[in-house]
Amino acid sequence: MDIQKKQLLEFYQQMVTIRIFESRVCELFAAGQIPGFVHSSLGQEAIAAGVMACVEKDDKVGLHHRSHGEMIAKGADMNKMMAELFGKATGTCKGKGGSMHIADMDLGILGANGILGAGYAIATGAAFACQYNETKDIALCLFGDGQSNRGPFHESLNVAALWKLPIVFICENNGFGLSNPVKEHLATDCVSDRAAAYGIPGVTVDGNDVLAVYETTLEAVDRARKGNGPSLLEFTTWRWHGHFEGDPAVYKDAQEQEEWLKKDPIPRFAKQLLEQKNATQAELDEMQAKGEALVDAAVKFAEESPWPDVSELFTDVYDRQM
Amino acid sequence: MQMTYAEAIRDAMRVELKRDPKVYLAGEDIGVFGGCFGVTAGLLDEFGPKRIVDTPISENFIVGHAVGSSACGLRPIVEIMFNDFIAVCFDEMCNQAAKVRYMFGGKADVGMVLRMPIGAGIGAAAQHSQSLEGLLTHIPGLISVIPSTPADAKGLLISAIRDDNPVIFYEHKQMYGMPGEVPEGDYTIPIGKADIKREGSDVTIVTWSWMVQKSLAAAEKLAAEGINAEVLDPRTLIPLDKEAILKSVAKTGKLVIVHEEVKTSGFGGEIAAIVSEEGFDYLDAPIKRVAAPDTPIPFSPALEQAYIPSEEKIIEAVKALF
Amino acid sequence: MTQMSYMEAIRDGMRVEMKRDSGVYIAGEDVAQFGGCFGVTAGLYDEFGPDRVMNTPISEAVIVGHAVGAAALGLRPIAEIMFVDFMGCCMDELHNQAAKMKYMFGGKAKVPMVVRTPCGAGLGAAAQHSQCLESWFTHIAGVKTVMPGTAADAKGLMIAAIRDDNPVMYIEHKQLLGLTGDVPDGEYVVPLGKADIKREGSDVTIVAWSWMLQKSLAAAEKLAAEGINVEVLDPRTLVPLDKDAILKSVSKTGKLVIVHEEIKTSGFGGEISAIVAEEGFDYLDAPIKRVAAPDTPIPFSPILEQTFIPSEEKIIEAVKALF
Repeated sequence: MDIQKKQLLEFYQQMVTIRIFESRVCELFAAGQIPGFVHSSLGQEAIAAGVMACVEKDDKVGLHHRSHGEMIAKGADMNKMMAELFGKATGTCKGKGGSMHIADMDLGILGANGILGAGYAIATGAAFACQYNETKDIALCLFGDGQSNRGPFHESLNVAALWKLPIVFICENNGFGLSNPVKEHLATDCVSDRAAAYGIPGVTVDGNDVLAVYETTLEAVDRARKGNGPSLLEFTTWRWHGHFEGDPAVYKDAQEQEEWLKKDPIPRFAKQLLEQKNATQAELDEMQAKGEALVDAAVKFAEESPWPDVSELFTDVYDRQM
Repeated sequence: MQMTYAEAIRDAMRVELKRDPKVYLAGEDIGVFGGCFGVTAGLLDEFGPKRIVDTPISENFIVGHAVGSSACGLRPIVEIMFNDFIAVCFDEMCNQAAKVRYMFGGKADVGMVLRMPIGAGIGAAAQHSQSLEGLLTHIPGLISVIPSTPADAKGLLISAIRDDNPVIFYEHKQMYGMPGEVPEGDYTIPIGKADIKREGSDVTIVTWSWMVQKSLAAAEKLAAEGINAEVLDPRTLIPLDKEAILKSVAKTGKLVIVHEEVKTSGFGGEIAAIVSEEGFDYLDAPIKRVAAPDTPIPFSPALEQAYIPSEEKIIEAVKALF
Repeated sequence: MTQMSYMEAIRDGMRVEMKRDSGVYIAGEDVAQFGGCFGVTAGLYDEFGPDRVMNTPISEAVIVGHAVGAAALGLRPIAEIMFVDFMGCCMDELHNQAAKMKYMFGGKAKVPMVVRTPCGAGLGAAAQHSQCLESWFTHIAGVKTVMPGTAADAKGLMIAAIRDDNPVMYIEHKQLLGLTGDVPDGEYVVPLGKADIKREGSDVTIVAWSWMLQKSLAAAEKLAAEGINVEVLDPRTLVPLDKDAILKSVSKTGKLVIVHEEIKTSGFGGEISAIVAEEGFDYLDAPIKRVAAPDTPIPFSPILEQTFIPSEEKIIEAVKALF
């Protein structure tokens, strides 16, 4: 596939920005500035960057609990995101959602979700709305390998296939369902094997290769947009950190972790860009600096933002005061 | 015009299906079959398969997809075949539909209606006969509507469809065939407004759904014995017309609450608690609850009839206060 | 007696029963080597091995559903659901299956299973990981609901729950896991359905459970300094409810305040209030007050969350309003 240089550089920019954002979030969490639970997507940046490059602004996206990267790649305002993680009034969700419920309906992002497996039906409903409204919009549903074992997976994939809904189901297989390695929670080798049960395409692809992610997703998105129905994509990657920040992840095999860290999607793509002369080191450095500046600004914005007024506790329960 | 409770519900859906192209129905066997109790009969012929959508037996998809499609601007009316089956899609209702607006800082409307029949008396035993309205009143973000007459059924359903919040609409199986005078065309009843179904001065009976009919019959018999009961139908449990209840109790000084749910943690407890806190000085007698006993629902007609709150039990409870 | 935390007491209760009865086993997400999301089962995998302490996939419906089948065949499963909020994902298995099997089968099945699950706000875990939902389970005939508020009760009620022949919801509070107390050694059983007066008093009865028990005790001390002598009654189990103990206390004090962390509407406080308004009306010389969370989802921002959780101040204010 011939990919424009601009797009290639955009992949890199997204990946480094997400990396910087997520690293900073982990530091801020450890320092006690971010409350609650944070599930870091460090190591999974190529999926966010590759997948979100395939969708338009009006396309709908259902996310999971480890989805800061996808939010950023879909174009969310990092200032508001960081403020949300802090619990500030200026946050994406006015501080009411936090990391696990971060969302931006203006960008078609139907939210991260704290209930693993609850996102399938919601994203499928969004795809239904796209079909019903006869738009060309599509929906994406992202989820992890662990939550592929919830029952709602079956209901939604069956209906999406039956009704040829414009949706792409994307599994980020990062090796673990909380503390359980894939081989201990999955009866088959791959999540994508299950596509056969619904008569839809299913593929497993290297999720640390941003170009492979992009090309695979683009094909599935195209299929969905043309009215040919859903696909099940599985991108294999590695969760660098524990399930949540603060989880020491002692259950991980040290050697396996070491090997996966060597497969870091960012230097790997940088090498490709340099070798194929699509970017110079100076350009890469510049993108890194841009990412740093964006994240610095986001942290500053969050720190300087006010706390919500306590009266906010009672608003947004319904569309009106009851 | 004269129509049955089932026809009134259908009429409301027809009015809204005609008025708003974003309104659609989805559920198990609601198309050709017309719904398990025939409530949607004829609508497929009138509105076609795009608007009247048969789904597989996949309750968490049915409710979950409606969260997604309504957040994207559609107005789904979904049917769950029996109230009992809500447990199969409880997360979708309680953790998703109810909370999306709040978690997203007010940025999403979830204008969906969930229709479900409740009630015992047809020999359907423990898993097809329950009245479970007290479970979902515990979840802020949900509205609970529970009509007791054909006119209320129509007026409240139209309001429910137009509401921007998730509304649960409880229909009682025993009343589907019950006729009554129903206004034609665009007829709405505001959500959150109680109705005095019978004026009285000696005792207030607060009751809803099928038990309104039983309480009215009991009130007639009590009148013959010189006790003039006021029968107040809240019509919606959330929001609850607390003022109307307190006003009635202020007049009568006595309160009996009648519902078909089991007694423990039924919504009657909530009403009793509100009056004990905010209307304590009005009371000149204990608050009585007439409810089903704390058992599953038995199959044998002999046992089932003993399970369902009866006119006799209502009369007995009222008389015990004099 | 051994000084231990609430969490250790829960674990000790499970350990005692696992040693005594080979049919007792634990199943849930990350309960084995990982020791559970909050560490409650830590060490049990090493002690009892993989046949007794089993990791499951993220499949709540199977965790609870399989327990129904296993219990009906004579095992005594302890199923862990990581957060009580997730009960929405397996409500049918509890509500329409576990709770009703004995009745539907004419008494011919026993379902001796325990579902252990943590509740409660205060960790910044927002709307789907912070709820208290105990009243849901109390509305289901056939299920018992246990909510310990001290370390000793946690152990004694755990052992009683495991030995009970009915499905039991055993709800732990996250904020109490580190709370320490004296816990009797060995086989220590607290019977289900028996309330405990945690503080004797004569002026007003506070009924409170779980974390709110601790907050109510603290509030009671402050009220004592102002001359109000509070009786704090901990029902310990909501179903079965020790109605007689509550009525007896109210007959003594004439005043009732119910404190719970659940949201107010349709919280279990309403049920208790209704019972007293029906059966103890003549004892009352003031309105029944409820102190509970407001009717909102649980917000993420710490400042909002702290406002959401019922506080000592709100308890004190509610009590004073009755005098």
